[in-house]
Amino acid sequence: MGARDPHHPLDFLTNPERFMAFSRWAAPLFGVLAAILAAIGLVLTFAAPEDYQQGDTVRMMFIHVPAASLSLFVYLCLGIASFLALVFRHALADAAAVACAPLGAGFTALALVTGSLWGKPMWGTWWVWDARLTSVLVLLLFYLGYLALRSALEDEQKAARAAAILALVGLINLPIVKFSVEWWNSLHQGSSTLLAKPGNGLPAVYAWPMLVMSLAYLSAFGSLWLVRIRALVWRRKARALALQAAEG
Amino acid sequence: MHFDFDAGKYAIYVWPAFAVTAGAFVWMIADSLASARRWRREAERLQALRDARAKGAKS
Repeated sequence: MGARDPHHPLDFLTNPERFMAFSRWAAPLFGVLAAILAAIGLVLTFAAPEDYQQGDTVRMMFIHVPAASLSLFVYLCLGIASFLALVFRHALADAAAVACAPLGAGFTALALVTGSLWGKPMWGTWWVWDARLTSVLVLLLFYLGYLALRSALEDEQKAARAAAILALVGLINLPIVKFSVEWWNSLHQGSSTLLAKPGNGLPAVYAWPMLVMSLAYLSAFGSLWLVRIRALVWRRKARALALQAAEG
Repeated sequence: MHFDFDAGKYAIYVWPAFAVTAGAFVWMIADSLASARRWRREAERLQALRDARAKGAKS
């Protein structure tokens, strides 16, 4: 094994000290970017015309779809971080996994609640046990299960390992959520953004607010994820110092 | 640019959706910042304590 290259391009993500230096400016930068994009996105949301079928409920699309997309993306981040923590036993990867789980649960809950509020006037029901809605509920349960497992076991290493395995198992659910509307009959519409069938894509007047709001959600997640990882790095440092103090 | 804030008969669905979204973001931001502040202060307090002890042991 050769010596580790100190100038590795991803060093700022793997070395805690470099990560803290990087995230110190990156977290507020993403936060400001999220606020600017959200402001522009809200202007475009309320400037967009009513849909000829859905009326004013179309505006819920700009807050519901980004939340649903983020619920999947954050779980992918959780899966990758868990894999790196499990295989390479990297402390920062484990912190990244723990830090993104509550945010992912928040986005998933948001997708379910806003989807339900959109579904009632459009479908005539708050909830149906169809493939898309049920698989998103299962996604929320994976997030909650991950968080419960982390806090249920006293041995942090055992908790981290068990939760990482659960997170990896949950990855199976991601394609089920994404393609559920293609594989099974569903009240939920098919994709109208990425992977949209010809003729099903959004017109520009709706695509722009959707894009801007999606980027706002993504930036907000980036900022909050970094803040939460920083909190966990400090927590680890505080615990190590407390242990040293106790040992005298 | 014309803004349409009148959601008409759908207002009881549209506004709660925006309110829940705002609430979720407020919670995520407040919880993340509070957690970071709490652990940073705790780490700084323990570091200062350790430095003071080390200084005391030297003198």
